[in-house]
Amino acid sequence: MPVCIGNASRIIEYMHFCGKEYVAVAELHKHVGKEELSKVLAMFVGEIYQRPPLRSSVARRVRRRTIYYIDQLEAEDRRVLLMIGCESGTYIRKLIHDIGQILGVGAHMAELRRTRDGALIEVESFTLYDVAEAVQELRERKDEAKIRKVIRPFEDALQLLPSIYIKDSAVDAVCHGASVSVKGISKLDTPFSEREPVVVKSLKGECVALGRATRDSDWILRGESGIAVEVRRVIMRSGTYPRMWRTH
Amino acid sequence: MSTASRPAVPWLRKFITAERERGETSAAYGCGPQDRPLKQHIINGVINLDKPAGPTSHEVVAWLKKMLDVEVAGHSGTLGKTGISWRDRYVARLHWKCLEDHRVHALLW
Repeated sequence: MPVCIGNASRIIEYMHFCGKEYVAVAELHKHVGKEELSKVLAMFVGEIYQRPPLRSSVARRVRRRTIYYIDQLEAEDRRVLLMIGCESGTYIRKLIHDIGQILGVGAHMAELRRTRDGALIEVESFTLYDVAEAVQELRERKDEAKIRKVIRPFEDALQLLPSIYIKDSAVDAVCHGASVSVKGISKLDTPFSEREPVVVKSLKGECVALGRATRDSDWILRGESGIAVEVRRVIMRSGTYPRMWRTH
Repeated sequence: MSTASRPAVPWLRKFITAERERGETSAAYGCGPQDRPLKQHIINGVINLDKPAGPTSHEVVAWLKKMLDVEVAGHSGTLGKTGISWRDRYVARLHWKCLEDHRVHALLW
């Protein structure tokens, strides 16, 4: 579970663009042949329609979600261990229920564990004890090393999104909510397409703002002028960089 | 529903950083993510937390806030009330017998 501290909590919305991976136990209500199961699971890879379950925290409208993959890790009897990569906002319980419907035998989710949330993977996670230990090291020995390992810069959690690096002269304007113009851009991660969420960074790699690309990366790389990124969320405090823009 | 080839997986995407125009950055202002002073590091930080089974995410966040002495902290969704710990997904295999006993965790070997 990613926990964002302080200023970093402003990136949560953008972490949802990075996808998730789960390991789940599906319990089929009747025995199903191996081949048939594989065939049905393959049908659920790609874009699916899903109505959020009765007990859910969102409006129960049918939504489109992309399932990146469903791998069968193990099977025993009617229990199947699945590894599912999917878009944020996919209900796995519902997915498994729907798989059961298509199989014709019914199924439910017996166990669920998230193994990845965007760039953060479970094998690299820390327990509350790890956090407590790091805090103690800091308090008692003034040793920052552990706490810096447990708490990572929020930029790390946005690694999967393409970054656009802007010049120092453009930073403060963006901090004030200005769109990013191609002229203010020094480097960019390629390729990405139009309307994709992107991270606007300074040349030092610190996040300035989050937004959507108005054009694809190729256009931004070659364009002479125009708007490249529509800023949706400013992360950096204005005044961090000197003001180098003029008002008309 | 589609039976087409696998869609692009966000964590398998590869980017190449391309330069548009040479730029220099001044050390006089701003700070790279790795170089923030501790206090700044914390309030601009993310914890990849292995949430314990039992307490709600809300409670866990409250503890963290107290522990780190910070004002705002938010989590971006949770899971894992089952108590299965997938320490290493490549070697972890579920022991079915253990599953029937709901208290026991996944085993590693």
